[in-house]
Amino acid sequence: MEALLHQIFSGLANGCIYGSVALALVMIYQSTHHINFAQGEMATFSTFIAWALIQSGWPYWGAFAATVAISFAAGVAIQRIILRPVEKAPVLTNVIVFIGLLVIFNSLAGWIFEHTIKSFPSPFPQDSALASVYFSAHDLGSAAVMLCVLGTLYAFFRFTKIGLGMRAAALNPESARLVGIRVSWMLALGWGLAAAIGAVAGMMVAPVVYLDPNMMSGILLYGFAAALLGGIDNPWGAVLGGFIVGVLENLLGAYVIGTELKLTVALVLIVGTLTLRPNGLFGKAVVARV
Amino acid sequence: MNADADAERIDRRWLWAGALLLVALLVLPFLVKNYRVFQLNLVIIYAIAVLGLNILTGYNGQISLGHGAFYALGAYAAAILMDQAGWPYWATLPAAALACFGLGFLMGFPALRLGGHYLALATFAFALAIPQLLKYKHIEAWTGGVQGIVLSKPEPPISFRFLGQPLSADRWLYVFSLAVAVVMFVLAWNLIRGRVGRALVAIRDHPIAATAMGINLPMFKSLAFGVSAAFTGVAGALGGIVVAFVAPDSFTVFLSITFLVGVVVGGLASIWGALFGAVFIQFVPNLADEISKSAPWAIYGAFLIAFMYLLPTGVVGGLRKLAARHRSRADTVADAAPHVDTSPTNRRRS
Amino acid sequence: MTLSAPCKTTLIGAALALAAGAAWAQKYDPGADDKEIKVGHLNPYSGPASAYGTIGKAIAAYFQKVNDEGGINGRKIDFISLDDGYNPAKTVEQARKLVEQDEVLLIFQPLGTPPNSAIHKYMNTKKVPQLFVATGATKWGDPQNFPWTMGWQPNYQSEAKIYAAHILETMPNAKIGVLYQNDDYGKDYLKGFEDGLSDKAASMIVSKVSYEVTDPTVDSQMVTLKSSGADVFFNVTTPKFAAQAIKKAAELGWKPTQYLNSVSNAVGSVLKPAGLDNAVGVISAAYIKDPTDPQFQTGPEYEAWLAWMKKYQPGGDLTSNFNVYGYTVAQTLVQVLKQCGNDLTRANVMKQAASLDMTLPMLLPGVNIKTAADDFFPIEREQLIKFNGKSWERFGKVYGR
Repeated sequence: MEALLHQIFSGLANGCIYGSVALALVMIYQSTHHINFAQGEMATFSTFIAWALIQSGWPYWGAFAATVAISFAAGVAIQRIILRPVEKAPVLTNVIVFIGLLVIFNSLAGWIFEHTIKSFPSPFPQDSALASVYFSAHDLGSAAVMLCVLGTLYAFFRFTKIGLGMRAAALNPESARLVGIRVSWMLALGWGLAAAIGAVAGMMVAPVVYLDPNMMSGILLYGFAAALLGGIDNPWGAVLGGFIVGVLENLLGAYVIGTELKLTVALVLIVGTLTLRPNGLFGKAVVARV
Repeated sequence: MNADADAERIDRRWLWAGALLLVALLVLPFLVKNYRVFQLNLVIIYAIAVLGLNILTGYNGQISLGHGAFYALGAYAAAILMDQAGWPYWATLPAAALACFGLGFLMGFPALRLGGHYLALATFAFALAIPQLLKYKHIEAWTGGVQGIVLSKPEPPISFRFLGQPLSADRWLYVFSLAVAVVMFVLAWNLIRGRVGRALVAIRDHPIAATAMGINLPMFKSLAFGVSAAFTGVAGALGGIVVAFVAPDSFTVFLSITFLVGVVVGGLASIWGALFGAVFIQFVPNLADEISKSAPWAIYGAFLIAFMYLLPTGVVGGLRKLAARHRSRADTVADAAPHVDTSPTNRRRS
Repeated sequence: MTLSAPCKTTLIGAALALAAGAAWAQKYDPGADDKEIKVGHLNPYSGPASAYGTIGKAIAAYFQKVNDEGGINGRKIDFISLDDGYNPAKTVEQARKLVEQDEVLLIFQPLGTPPNSAIHKYMNTKKVPQLFVATGATKWGDPQNFPWTMGWQPNYQSEAKIYAAHILETMPNAKIGVLYQNDDYGKDYLKGFEDGLSDKAASMIVSKVSYEVTDPTVDSQMVTLKSSGADVFFNVTTPKFAAQAIKKAAELGWKPTQYLNSVSNAVGSVLKPAGLDNAVGVISAAYIKDPTDPQFQTGPEYEAWLAWMKKYQPGGDLTSNFNVYGYTVAQTLVQVLKQCGNDLTRANVMKQAASLDMTLPMLLPGVNIKTAADDFFPIEREQLIKFNGKSWERFGKVYGR
């Protein structure tokens, strides 16, 4: 019983990780209708920047804030400089550009920061009263941070004008322009926010999995699965999807199929679920005029 | 009348160009060293694989991030048949094609329900699952597990010298692959040109209208998957024979992504594009490695992005645009860029 | 026309002199000449195993030092290192490039079992040395069938057998849990371990769980191992996962006797991130010195290594034992090439590689490098070490021949 609880809680902790990456993916999707394959590597690179700042003496929260700001600016810059030329190009062309970015960030991180694993500090005190043997203070803390980000995101899209503008720009750029929305800048904003969310995700993840250039490669696929399982246009769905994937993966590996086929079975289950609910568990069916 | 004569002339010109290209490709291995022949052989193999993916993604609009898995299955099919059952290498190709066709056709069924990103995820999952499956201990006796299977390189059946160079094993395999490639390319061309090809393109562009016209959507979509998988499976089998070694580590997700890069760089919905795409994915990483030792993949990424700026519809897309500019306005046919469906649930967004 | 006697003598003398001279003359195979020796190298600088790229960089830096100091017997080393991304198909291509296009004298330290397996037959058919391969698999020491291939580091199976022997000696009733990476490296260790326990393996090993390199954490596996009731933990993981495993075990309150594989026992890059207190009591085996271990940070050997790092790899990681590994294996090749003298044929390279008997400065005391025509395992000795919270303490005997 104790082991089962451990598995579930560790699955939830992992799910937090997947969920935060999924949030960044949803952010990009909601603002650009593209899935950014380079999200993981961008998050890793941001975390390295934070690490470098902390190494040179910055306090944690100072480095955190600076990294989020830098990542936001970088995200906007990437959209304006690298992605704008291919805005009108076919979808797959954009996908290839994302793959190019992925490879560039990964390679640069390895070159600048080397491949030895690095510890990344956690801002949450180790011996907090809220921690238990099932989950650490950091697990709780990062879950809280993620829920904050989720809430902010939801509120942003639902209740603010800019959020509405972003959704409009993604859904129907032409009409959006007609009502005065500056579509290009909406896209850039979307990228900036996604990069910032990714940076937060990276900094929450790194204390657990250790920082190295390949930190996010495994996590990205699960984040991808979580985002799609929950419905790519739904932030709540992404987070829930993350938790489901995390717990499912752990329970399958521990009790059902053994660790050697855990990946295979987890993915089969996800695909199976999607076959039954093609828009993800919580996504909306898109109806288009023929 | 005039149009017919024009068409015939164009056809004849293409035929001549094709024949000349073939002769050039046949002479090429005797002009270069064995190691280059090996690399060119890999280009031919990748061209077949990329062609397979193009049938599915370019002509039929279904994105697959999992064709590396079919390549792996083809390679393992060939390796197991050669290693365990003693089959001659050329006989493994039809077996690989059949096996992959069957599996691809089956994959078509869940693919029917999934569209765009969701299909991409499903195929991505497939690509991830296959290497893990290949390492599974209960089938280790056949697959060799993590150690893989070591094969012997086939010897050429005849020996002669041409232009001063012998017909080495590498050159023989090159000619063999080239022959297979010609057959596959002709098959693809025939398929795309005919009723099936038109059905696939119709499904890609207007799925609902296509159904309304009486095209059996599920059948054709699964067929596209099956044929595409078969092509890539044949390429995989050839790959296994030429490299003479198969192991799960050769078939990571990155291979699937590489094939997609090949399709887009070469040009969606184009048969010739597969060749250009294959040349890109084989040689540009090596080029990047020469330029920078410390961050070669950053250079490769830069190349990719630059390529997409200059030729967003791939090499063939760029060539088509050039050709269109040279034709008069009246003759310019709707050279609409292929529309790849990425919206959820297969419904096209306006 | 007959020659006069003095003429004949002169001619015979000249012929003899020429023959003697030929015996002393330089002999070269492709890749070697008066000025340089071309050494080929394959390493994963990209992809999932890119962490090992540090080794390649260290080797390049060492050869740079050798070249700056005049080279080997007056010849500089032209070090051509290519990336294979741990993809065996790419390894074949790059190996062929090195042999057929760059025409190197030998290929040095290709890394990983699948990449080496892919080129095993090719190298032996082409009769090009596949020297000091960077993997601990056992099959590289087979001079009968593959005379052109030789390993270097102690192989994984014999290391695992040392652990098994120690467990049988000290804790014959132990319940063992194993965490291993689901690839050739992990499975090789596991096999050696099970062979070492022989018929007691089935009863002693109560839990065996694997993980993939793409898994974000091994937390779930650690929970499974703890709940199996094991009191001995055999940790066959690469550095990142080793740190995670040690940390998680401590978090779960699980305190088994832990045996950690030698690939991941660096203090600075594994134990410190995991938490030095959490790693107290961990047992491992070593054959090279850990650069973060205070007991080795004194003395001329360390000074020399440190000076080399500062001059030739100024941004390099002083805590990574890959930098010691690269340094030491490069020194081994330098010795082989020195022993070749002016006979730089591939056959002679293998011959000299099979006639080594030496120690090197960064090897643990008691560990040597010894090869013979029937012994293609250069380093076979390892010593058990136990972590005391600050550094590794050697204990017990030195195992191996």
